[in-house]
Amino acid sequence: MPKIKLPTKSPRIDMTPMVDTFCVILTFLMLTATMRQTEPANVDTPFSISEKPTPDFNTITFLVSADEKVFINMDNGPDTAWKFRPKILTEMGKRYGIEFTEAELREFEKYPSSMGVPIMKMKEFLAGKNIKDRNPFQVGIPTDSLDNQLAMWILCARQVNPNINACIKGDANAPFPAVKKVLDNLQDKKVNKFMLITSLEAIKINIDEIQQ
Amino acid sequence: MAEIIQEEKAKGGKKKAKKHAPHIDMTPMVDLMCLLITFFMLTTAFAKAKVMEIVLPEKIDDPNQRQPAVAKSRTVNIILGPDDRIFWYPGSVEPAEYNSNIFPPLAELDYSDKGIRQLLLDKNRTLARKIADLNDKVIKGELVLTQDSLAGSIRKLKTDDDTGPIVLIKAYKKASYGNFVDIMDEMNICGIARYNFVDIAWYEDKMVELAVGNAPATSTN
Repeated sequence: MPKIKLPTKSPRIDMTPMVDTFCVILTFLMLTATMRQTEPANVDTPFSISEKPTPDFNTITFLVSADEKVFINMDNGPDTAWKFRPKILTEMGKRYGIEFTEAELREFEKYPSSMGVPIMKMKEFLAGKNIKDRNPFQVGIPTDSLDNQLAMWILCARQVNPNINACIKGDANAPFPAVKKVLDNLQDKKVNKFMLITSLEAIKINIDEIQQ
Repeated sequence: MAEIIQEEKAKGGKKKAKKHAPHIDMTPMVDLMCLLITFFMLTTAFAKAKVMEIVLPEKIDDPNQRQPAVAKSRTVNIILGPDDRIFWYPGSVEPAEYNSNIFPPLAELDYSDKGIRQLLLDKNRTLARKIADLNDKVIKGELVLTQDSLAGSIRKLKTDDDTGPIVLIKAYKKASYGNFVDIMDEMNICGIARYNFVDIAWYEDKMVELAVGNAPATSTN
């Protein structure tokens, strides 16, 4: 009996289910995405066993890079209507006699990552159109006793938002005195509780060893 | 009747048109989606950074106020040295000692689980065992506790403890921030009830310098 020959056609794969699943994954990713922020300085956080996640709101983060520069970052509060960032900047401006325009405040509000700009240069920094224009101003917040803008930022931030938590994100190789300076400044302003931002590391304790 | 026939004819015509239903090629769409998914996967920060909470003692501005005294027998001084080195000495240095330039020697440890952790666990054995027992019971299901009340019971054990060490952590000026986090972490791992970060005293600075200066000499011998 002759074999039945099937017509040799290239099989046509129905892509619809694949598209469906991709759509679902894509939607999920889009909704959960919190964009990874590009920080002005590369910081490798040290490891710890702490499993507490970073709070989303009411934080002021001090970024201490390995070359001892200090950057700050704060959030806008649990609701964008709170507008903590522009309020803090206005407060800072008042102290240093700088008046920021509406547009500059808006620019400051939506700036996505940490800033290490001396307040005198803040206007030029905010006028910059892209990262290339702005990066030269990121020289770190002055912390010396003559011109301690870091202390002023802490003061203003706490005035605007009394519930603010101090987070410290330091590079593991940063010299300790640089971090200590930030801690001292915070303690001068009566902040004694800190959150150190770390990466998770799994550590197992040998229970037998303890029970011996 | 004529109308019905007309209708049937019309239906037939439509069917013919459907025969050539356009088949949309989905491949470019899939390609695009693949690209977008890859992009989102790479830019999304899934694992949120963790935080470790620490509370530092309030600064004492009033010169008449004195630092709280700690029992000497229970005190363990840990000094974070330069180049990821770590030293410790028990008790305290009396004014009479440091005024006559006699400094107790520092013992060197390391950050591994055989070094500092062994020391702390040895000193903190009773409390560490209590905490481990409690955790064990919960894991085995003998004791049903929520995560919150477990943390609460551990905190209770820690406040009740009166035999464990009192750890004073001091950082030499060349220590790195990573060392500081490591040692704070070690306190959590070993379940130390009482620890604090304090400023380093001048005589302790000197002790570190002595220990660091001595180290190369002893290694060449």
